[in-house]
Amino acid sequence: MIRITGLHKAFAGSSVLGGIEASVAEGQIVALLGASGSGKSTLLRCLNGLETFDAGTLEIAGFALKPGAHDPRTLHALRAKVGMVFQEFHLFSHLSVLDNVTLAPRIARGAARAQAEAHARELLAQVGMAERAHAMPRELSGGQKQRVAIARALAQGVSVLLLDEPTSALDPELREEVREVLRKVARGGHGASGEGLTILLVTHEHALAHELADEIWTLAAGKISNVFRTP
Amino acid sequence: MARADWASVRQSAELGWGADLQGGEPYVYESPTQPGVIVGFEVEIAEALARKLGVRAKFHQNDWSNLVPSLERGDFDIALNGLEDTPSRRARLRLSRPYFVYGETLAVRTGSALHALADLSGRRIGTLNQTVAQDLLQAEHAEVVLYEGQQEPYLDLSHGRLEGVLLDHVIADRYGCGQPGLTCVKQDLARGTYVIGMRKADVELATRVDDALSQLIADGELRRILEHWRLWDARQDELGARAPAAPALATDPPALAAKPVPPSQALSAAQLGLFFHGALFTILISVCAFGIALPLGVLLAVIRSHGGRVSRLLATAYVELFRGTPVLLQLYVLYYGLSSLILLGPIEAAILGLGLNYAAYEAEVHRGALAALPRGQAEAASALGLSRLQVLRHVLLPQSLRIALPALTNDFVALLKDSSLVSVITVVELTKRMTIVAVELRSWLVPGLLCAGMYFAMSFPLSRLSLWLERRYQGA
Repeated sequence: MIRITGLHKAFAGSSVLGGIEASVAEGQIVALLGASGSGKSTLLRCLNGLETFDAGTLEIAGFALKPGAHDPRTLHALRAKVGMVFQEFHLFSHLSVLDNVTLAPRIARGAARAQAEAHARELLAQVGMAERAHAMPRELSGGQKQRVAIARALAQGVSVLLLDEPTSALDPELREEVREVLRKVARGGHGASGEGLTILLVTHEHALAHELADEIWTLAAGKISNVFRTP
Repeated sequence: MARADWASVRQSAELGWGADLQGGEPYVYESPTQPGVIVGFEVEIAEALARKLGVRAKFHQNDWSNLVPSLERGDFDIALNGLEDTPSRRARLRLSRPYFVYGETLAVRTGSALHALADLSGRRIGTLNQTVAQDLLQAEHAEVVLYEGQQEPYLDLSHGRLEGVLLDHVIADRYGCGQPGLTCVKQDLARGTYVIGMRKADVELATRVDDALSQLIADGELRRILEHWRLWDARQDELGARAPAAPALATDPPALAAKPVPPSQALSAAQLGLFFHGALFTILISVCAFGIALPLGVLLAVIRSHGGRVSRLLATAYVELFRGTPVLLQLYVLYYGLSSLILLGPIEAAILGLGLNYAAYEAEVHRGALAALPRGQAEAASALGLSRLQVLRHVLLPQSLRIALPALTNDFVALLKDSSLVSVITVVELTKRMTIVAVELRSWLVPGLLCAGMYFAMSFPLSRLSLWLERRYQGA
C-alpha cells in the first residue's frame, strides 16, 4: 500500500513535484506515464528514500516518511519491503548473477548463504536466468541484465516493487523478454503477504501500461494530471 | 674536462680542489655570518698551498663519498677534505704527505664500560661511511652502522640506538664529546693522518704539493692555521717528523696500515651474499611500507569521498602535506627530528616513513578509482538496504580496487626504488649495499649492473602479475 500526501520536491529551487496526492491499494499495479523530466523517476526515488523531499508525507509498505533526512534504520527496514529496478540495471559488475541476487539477503539481512542461494535460484528460474547463475554481468545482454535486476529486487521478499523505465535502455528486440517477466511478476504472488505485489511502474510504453496496470497515472507539471482506470 | 698534471695547473693559474661543504665545521663549510663565503681550516690550507705554488685556489663542491671518483674523472686537481691515509687509497691515488694527525675517538654514553677497540666486538657502533674507523670496526667484528652526516651518529648514541661512535677526534670533539650524557674515551684508539689525494698520473703535481706542504710545515704556517682553528695539539708534533709518503705512523695506538684492507677486485661470494641481504631489506621495507600505505590510502580516499566536512578537510591536509614535501625530509624528521618524542629503530622508521608518504599517493589513486565508478552502483546497493559501510565494503571498494590495480602496481614499483632513500637513516638496503661494495671494489660497473638486475628481478614479476590480474578482471 502506498499513500502520497501533498508531496513537494525541488532541485536547486526549481520545483519538480508540486503537491502529489495519490494512493495505491495493496496488490494494485499502477503505471506512471509522463514526458521526460516530468518528475516520474524523482517520485519513485522519493518512495524508497533515495531522494528526500521538502513537504508532505509518504506512506509505503507500512512505513511513514517525512520531509528532510531519513533515519537510516527506517530506510534499512523499508528497503526490505520495497524493491527497486533501475532503467540502467546497475548490476554489481564484480559479482556473478547469483551473487548479485544474494548480496542484500546475506549482507543486509544476515541470511545464510545456502538459504539465500536456494531462494535466488528460484527467482532466477522465474525470470528465465537459472542457466546463467554463474555468469558475470559483462557476459549478459541488456535484457538478461534487467531480468537479473528484477530477481535481485524481489530477493528480500518485498511487498512493493518500484520499476523505473525497466525497458527504456533496451534495444526494441530485447524488450519483449523483459515484458514477459513483468507480466509473470504482475500475475504471480511474490508478495510477502502471499498476496500480489503492489507495483508502481514508470514507463513510456503505453501498450505495456494498458496491459499490466489497474490504473494509469499521468504526471505533468509536477502533479498527477490524470488517473485512468483500465477496464 | 680532463686536466693533466702540473702543466695545466700552471697554465690556468688555478688549483682546483674538491671538498664537501656538508662536512661542516671546522673542515670546509659556509660561513654562518656571510652566506656564500667558504671557511674552514682546509680552506686556509688550500689557499696557502696555492700561494706556495703561485696559483689561485678554486673550490669545487663535491659529495664527500664521491670525491675520489670525481678526482679521477678530472673534475678538480686535488681532493682536500679529511681524506685519510689508507692502504686502499694509497693503491688507488697519489697521496701527499700528511697535513693533519687525528686520533680515532670513541664516544660512549656516560657510564659505559667500552673503552678499547677489543671491547667493540659485536657492539652496535656508528661511524661515517668510507672511513678508517669503519675498517677498524669491521676488523673487530663490531656491528657497524654507517652515517652520512657527523651529527646523526651522536644523536643516535644519546637516544640509545648505538652503543658507541668511533670517529676522528676533530668530529668527536665538536659534535660528540660535549653532548649531555656522552663521554669520550681519553686515549686515541688509533691514529691516522689526513692527506691530499691526487691522480696517479699527476706525478709532478704531487711532488710540488708535497714540497709546498713541507714549506708550510717548516715555516710554521700550517701550525698557525691549525692553531687558529684550535686544532693544534700534541698529535701534530708527528707532522714535521714524518717523512713524505711514509706508509704509516709509528705510534703507541695501533697503526692503521697494520690492518691492511685485502685488495679486492672481483665480487666475492660474501659480497654477493650481502647484496641478497640488501635486496631482502629492500623487499621487507617495501612490502611492509605498502602494507601501511594501501589501507591508509584507501581509508583516506573513503574519507575524502564520503566523510564529513571536518574529516574531509583533515584527510585532504594529510594528502597535501605528505605529497607536497620530500620523502627524504619526512624520513629525517621521523627518525631524528621526532626522536625525543618517539624513538623508532631505523627499519621501523623507514617502513613507517615510506608507508605514511605513499599513503598520500594511494589516497589519490583510490579517490580517482572511487569517483570513476558509476553512481548507480552505490544507489542500487542502497536501494537494497545495504548500509553506507556495507555499500563501500561489498560494492564500491571491490570494484575501485580493480580499477586502481595498474596504478597500484606502478606505485609499488616506485616504492621499491624509493626505498633506497632510507639509507639516510642508516638502513643498509640494496642501493646502499651497492655503493659500499662499489667503493670496496673501486668499480661501479659490476655492482651497479648487479644492483639494477636485482631491482629488475623484483619489479618485473610485479608488472606481469598486474597485467595478469587486469586481464582476469577485464571489463569489471
